[in-house]
Amino acid sequence: MEDRFHMIENYLMIRMPEEIDHHQAAALSAGADRYIMGRAVKHIVFDFEDTRFMDSSGVGVVIGRYKKIACFGGSVYAVNADPQIMRIIQVSGLKKVLHVVEEGTNA
Amino acid sequence: MRNEMRLELDALSINEAFARVVVSAFVTPVNPTLEELADVKTAVSEAVTNAVIHGYDGAQGKVVLHGILQDGLLHIEVEDRGKGIEDVEKAMEPLFTTRPELERSGMGFSFMEAFMDRLEVRSEPGEGTLVIMEKQFGSQGQDEE
Repeated sequence: MEDRFHMIENYLMIRMPEEIDHHQAAALSAGADRYIMGRAVKHIVFDFEDTRFMDSSGVGVVIGRYKKIACFGGSVYAVNADPQIMRIIQVSGLKKVLHVVEEGTNA
Repeated sequence: MRNEMRLELDALSINEAFARVVVSAFVTPVNPTLEELADVKTAVSEAVTNAVIHGYDGAQGKVVLHGILQDGLLHIEVEDRGKGIEDVEKAMEPLFTTRPELERSGMGFSFMEAFMDRLEVRSEPGEGTLVIMEKQFGSQGQDEE
């Protein structure tokens, strides 16, 4: 689980699992929160490269982390989101807070 | 072609993924598009998750997945014998959640509604919950190619 997370300057990079559902969500949130509490995390980048499925539990993970950093001026980004993940991001309204980085650009 | 299945699962979070795999396999004969498949998996995942979290609240129980596939129409029911829903209309409002401490997004029913063609929820407190959903495959037709 721990190698999902690494820091680049004050960005926490999270390599999201293949499937993000309720069963996965709690451990993912807890792991991310250990970094948010323990390190100087300002922004978070969610990397969906390995992710083939996400339901509303995954939306909860992103919103929950956003709430923890937004009050300190932090932002949340998504990279490598495939069309299914994009659909979840759009339908859920997550796009209002989650900056989707298109391929070939950097966060 | 008509095909029907009924599956009883323990109300465990690990079975959320199992239910998705089952429904994916069940609809394979109608050649769903990637998008249709993702829609059905998401909707079933939401319904089973609701049964595990809200219906039984971590206690033991069974979730029944009942599917009928006929002429490209999937009729799927997810049923639990858990605590039921007091106010179904309210529960179906976007962002409503009875369990904010779990960091749920409150979008379970919204997703079921968005990704399926029909959603009906029958529930009484103490009587469990029955979620009925339908989806017609192939309705997006050629423009998916």
